Amino acid sequence: MSLRTPLSKVRGLGSAKDGTEHWWHQRVTAVANIPLVLIFAFVLINSVGKPHAEVAALLGSPLVVIALLMMIGSITWHMRLGMQVIIEDYISSEGRKIAALMANTFFCAAMAVAGGFAILKLGFAS
Amino acid sequence: MVQLTLPKNSQVQPGKSWPAQDGDTTRQFQIYRYNPDSPDNPKLDTYTVDTENCGPMVLDALIKIKNEIDPTLTFRRSCREGICGSCSMNIDGTNTLACLKGLDEINGTVKIYPLPHMPVVKDLVPDMTQFYTQHRSIEPWLKTETTEPRKEWLQSHEDREKLDGLYECILCACCSTSCPSYWWNGDRYLGPAILLQAYRWLIDSRDEATGERLDDLEDPFRLYRCHTIMNCAKACPKGLNPAKAIAEVKKMMLERRV
Repeated sequence: MSLRTPLSKVRGLGSAKDGTEHWWHQRVTAVANIPLVLIFAFVLINSVGKPHAEVAALLGSPLVVIALLMMIGSITWHMRLGMQVIIEDYISSEGRKIAALMANTFFCAAMAVAGGFAILKLGFAS
Repeated sequence: MVQLTLPKNSQVQPGKSWPAQDGDTTRQFQIYRYNPDSPDNPKLDTYTVDTENCGPMVLDALIKIKNEIDPTLTFRRSCREGICGSCSMNIDGTNTLACLKGLDEINGTVKIYPLPHMPVVKDLVPDMTQFYTQHRSIEPWLKTETTEPRKEWLQSHEDREKLDGLYECILCACCSTSCPSYWWNGDRYLGPAILLQAYRWLIDSRDEATGERLDDLEDPFRLYRCHTIMNCAKACPKGLNPAKAIAEVKKMMLERRV
């Protein structure tokens, strides 16, 4: 049984004076994802059933490479922020929470680099 | 603090069926019972009430049960007209005030539980200590440094109007206890009711501590656990919209940095 006063418990460690940037970045990347994913869908639809040379030419176009790189960056950043919120919501044990938050960052960074590498490889292949 | 199943000693078990009242029109009530002096689990007792000779609201039926069937049934009530916030409970699956919920709004058996995810003191009485302390923590009073005027602090009609939809909150906790974020992280997240109250002081044109208030709220848990689930706005028996107030607080946070 804790003998701390209710106010001491509620005030806890005080305000982190943080959170707005995280919230804002989540909104910005959400808005950015809309056109970027539409471009990605357009590229995908235009690649289906086409001969290799045509697809390579499309994926080699600088505008497509830039848009896809931006999409990978925006999506993985958004994914990291969103997953962080879910972890903080549902995992209360401090140790497990820190481990999950680190794993989340590592996974999203790996996805960003792998995705970026794949796009560049395709982009410079032609 | 996600706990998807109740601890063994909190699991609700079937309870007693009390003798039915006579009458042409009767309604069945299933009510959560918990006695802290008994080692037993909480139970769901069944009452059959003569609604012909009963007021129209759920609170009227609860008072009738306490007076005529089972005097041990425990619940809070005071004003019986939706202004004190005492009789907040979970009725027919929704947090609301028993005095504002009409029996004719409910189909079939009336199921009544205490506010969800709060420690239960007895029967329908939850422990509100943490909730009230969270309210205390946002310092819900006018904070000024300017020398006090001889009469009152003046406010334009337009500025006064900004408090509409906020000052009506009676702190019944129906919204906060309907919020999954408050269920999981109620020890750190302030919850919709308290954040609506915080906004009520942030938007008050007479208050001089807006910046400090925002500083205290800017926290991933205190404020940003709100994920606009909107259960709060749906539950509020006064028809207020705490989710909108929280969104306004977030906008203020952004406004002061861009």
